[in-house]
Amino acid sequence: MASTSIFPQKDPVVDAPRPGARRILGRVNWSLVLGIGLLLGILLFGTAGRLLVSRDGMKLGASDFAAPPSRQNPLGTDTAGRSVLVMMIYGTLPTLTIGLIAGGVGTIVGASLGLIAGYYGGPIDTVLHSVADILLGVPSLMVLVVFASYLGDMSIVTMSAIIAFFAWPWPARSVRSQTLSMRELAYVEMAKLSGCSDLEIIFQELMPNLLPYIASSFVRAVSQGIMASVGLQMLGLGSLTLITLALMLSNAFSSAALTRGLWWWWLPSTIVLTILFIALFLVTLSLDEAANPRLKAARRGGE
Amino acid sequence: MTDNHPRVVLDVENLQVQYPTALGDIVACRNVSLQVYRGEILGLVGESGCGKSTLAMAIMRLIQPPGRIVQGRVVLEGTDLLSLKEGRLRQMRWQQIALIPQGAMSSLNPVMRIGEQIADGMRAHGVEQSRGQMDNRVLDLLAAVGLPRSVHNMYPHELSGGMKQRVCIAMAISLHPSLIIADEPTSALDVVVQRLVIQTLMEIRQRLNVSMLLIGHDMGLQAQLVDRIAVMYAGRIMEVAPVEEIFDSPLHPYTRLLVESIPSIKERKPLRVTEGLMLDLRDPPPGCAFQLRCGQTSEICRSIEPPLLQVAPEHYVACHFC
Amino acid sequence: MSQALLDVKKVTKAFGNGLLKSQDRVVALDSVDLSIPHEPATIVAVAGESGSGKTTLAKLVLGFTKPTAGQILFAGQDVADLRGAQLIEYRRQVQAIFQDPYEVFNPFYRVNHVFDQVIKHFQLADKGDDPEEAVKTALNMTGLRPEDVLGKYPHQLSGGQRQRIMIARALMLRPRLILADEPVSMIDASLRAMILEILQRMRNEQSISFLYITHDLSTAYQISDKIYILYRGWIVEQGDTARVIENPQHPYLQLLIDSVPIPDPSQRWDSAISLGGAVDGREATGCPFYSRCPARTRRCLTKRPSLRPIEGEDHQVRCYL
Repeated sequence: MASTSIFPQKDPVVDAPRPGARRILGRVNWSLVLGIGLLLGILLFGTAGRLLVSRDGMKLGASDFAAPPSRQNPLGTDTAGRSVLVMMIYGTLPTLTIGLIAGGVGTIVGASLGLIAGYYGGPIDTVLHSVADILLGVPSLMVLVVFASYLGDMSIVTMSAIIAFFAWPWPARSVRSQTLSMRELAYVEMAKLSGCSDLEIIFQELMPNLLPYIASSFVRAVSQGIMASVGLQMLGLGSLTLITLALMLSNAFSSAALTRGLWWWWLPSTIVLTILFIALFLVTLSLDEAANPRLKAARRGGE
Repeated sequence: MTDNHPRVVLDVENLQVQYPTALGDIVACRNVSLQVYRGEILGLVGESGCGKSTLAMAIMRLIQPPGRIVQGRVVLEGTDLLSLKEGRLRQMRWQQIALIPQGAMSSLNPVMRIGEQIADGMRAHGVEQSRGQMDNRVLDLLAAVGLPRSVHNMYPHELSGGMKQRVCIAMAISLHPSLIIADEPTSALDVVVQRLVIQTLMEIRQRLNVSMLLIGHDMGLQAQLVDRIAVMYAGRIMEVAPVEEIFDSPLHPYTRLLVESIPSIKERKPLRVTEGLMLDLRDPPPGCAFQLRCGQTSEICRSIEPPLLQVAPEHYVACHFC
Repeated sequence: MSQALLDVKKVTKAFGNGLLKSQDRVVALDSVDLSIPHEPATIVAVAGESGSGKTTLAKLVLGFTKPTAGQILFAGQDVADLRGAQLIEYRRQVQAIFQDPYEVFNPFYRVNHVFDQVIKHFQLADKGDDPEEAVKTALNMTGLRPEDVLGKYPHQLSGGQRQRIMIARALMLRPRLILADEPVSMIDASLRAMILEILQRMRNEQSISFLYITHDLSTAYQISDKIYILYRGWIVEQGDTARVIENPQHPYLQLLIDSVPIPDPSQRWDSAISLGGAVDGREATGCPFYSRCPARTRRCLTKRPSLRPIEGEDHQVRCYL
């Protein structure tokens, strides 16, 4: 039976779905599905694993030193007699947490600053984007190394905080440039006529339409955060006591695991870290597509 | 059609163009048939979403996937464009049939001088001439559209909207095509400049005897320029008639609505208000496409789609009551 | 004390740096005077083409920018001085409808959002009226059924429906003046009358005045009571709409009216018109229309004409002829 529903008055040739958080769900994007799937897998590994396996395997001297994989320790042990598998299970969450905290803080701070700078323009914007550009140009790992050496051993939270210091400029710039082009839109003028204050316009009108950009910046920041933490820990800096995947690698290399052929010590965490980065990359790619519809059209144009 | 008519330049037969969407296929052009006679300007009018731009693109075979031409023939000077291979089609485009698309003036290359662009277009379609001859030809074209010689060396941003549009017209006529399709050639222009561009088209038609398909939504403009008008609604042709008959005695209710909606600059009249229910092109009701807005529907209108029938010489209407 | 509802007094708006070199300064509006009376409710049209300054005028009246010279007074108060509660009150009394019925909606929200904003900021909920009822009444006034449009997203509605929702939003505040900036130019021809009829009805039934800004002389002629013709920032002719359009005096207006295509194939344009080549820059002195005027004289080049009234009519023209 025919419907007499109202049909939008636009030329079907030209009408294309507009970008926005709601449109992402319209089309199946296999990169996104794969990326999220892998992330969930790793998350499951790090959380459910804790319920199934006890911490005891991680204690110093729990088993034989530097033993290859066996029935008791499926991934063998390190030179301190700790089960590699148990360490991996318990080290996954902290690895992710660092990324989440650093990425989260960086994104929230960066996006907010970007929105404010983009909306007001003028001196506020000049100051902000100059600072952001400078920080983006600075080799962040070098500076982090300096901070970290000065601070010695630190908690996960501290490490996340100093990494976040370099994570905010990118979301700030990405959000700022979008805001600059959006602040002249008709619905912003309408909001002003409806009595909305500047902050209301920034956070209630503009920000929701920037969620794809913010989400993609967030994932990027999380990747960046994890990479920075890996970098720091490989250099023997940052958090030195709480086991993370990167710390395991760092310990392995400082104990010459490579030359000693203790492959079960360094290989598993390398694999998991690689999978993690691939997953984050896939998700970033997909979210970039949602934010920039031209990329999506290019992908679907080939179908 | 009887055979004592002047030769037909373009013959579109039962053309159907569809676009798939998540919620079903949109039929942008449904069973469209029309002819453009040699030397005439045929106007194609309709409002947004009626499919007139899609029709123009379909005639030129420029429909982008996922849209596709599902059935029909497009015969230009005896050749069916829809069955041509890409190479031969590209030859026919611009040499036999040219398109001035919507927003053409914004798609001029901003970093190339006007003269270069026109010459480039010609060279791309196989015109091989010396620099001097080419320049002369371009200058002739500029004169034909009423632009001064100085435009030859200017960049697009130095020109006004009306001048840019006339450059696009010059490009369209550069290879002396038999048919020019102009899609809303004046929509972004001020009314005085609009008049200038329309007059330019009039002169072109007289001087070169080129046929034109003028697509637009402004009935007033159509009255000034065209010889016959085809009225389109929801992807279908509703009425085709000589322009005088369309304005003097429009038969189809939609045509009457369009004519009555033109605000006059000569006398003040009460406004003619109608409700605007558009039908869902993905799931149209059976029968006449105009049933939701027509004042005089009956059972037959809601069940059987009226065919386009001849009611007078050169006058065709798709309505059960005309 | 001003007698008018809206009084635009010798307003000039110029852009560019402080240097007075004429090439660097763009003068969008030059010494414009316009007024809308307190009563009766009037539809005042400002007609001009692109570059005439009409968009700038809209921004000035809405308080989005300040004049370089001159004043805009609303009920005697200078709009440029409004702050805080006074500004909110101004916004309640002066609302707007814009050209693009899609862009005015935030695509993230349902259309209800535009009503929620207004209810919240103008405390419509506190006044004892039920805000939901107010929304429904406003929608009904524009001929929409609330159940057809509330709860939907902008892209699910037609252009005509969206524009009517925007009118309803403005109506909820019971403003004295609505600025309508090209409200029908992006609406289909057969539906324009519907929107314009609503404006007329609001003038008649709700005593709301309108500042109708457009490039379309025909619609301005059909619905407005008074008209101002803007050319390159100057008012060149003004007065009672019927008089001005039926008896145009200024060569520019005559040219405009002649260029409106008549929907009658037996009355076609015959003579070619010239536009005097590429029109650029601004004449430093003299009439701004000089370069295109078919009837110009030397005097037109030396001194700008001032507005001269025509005997016995509400009709003034800025021309020596």
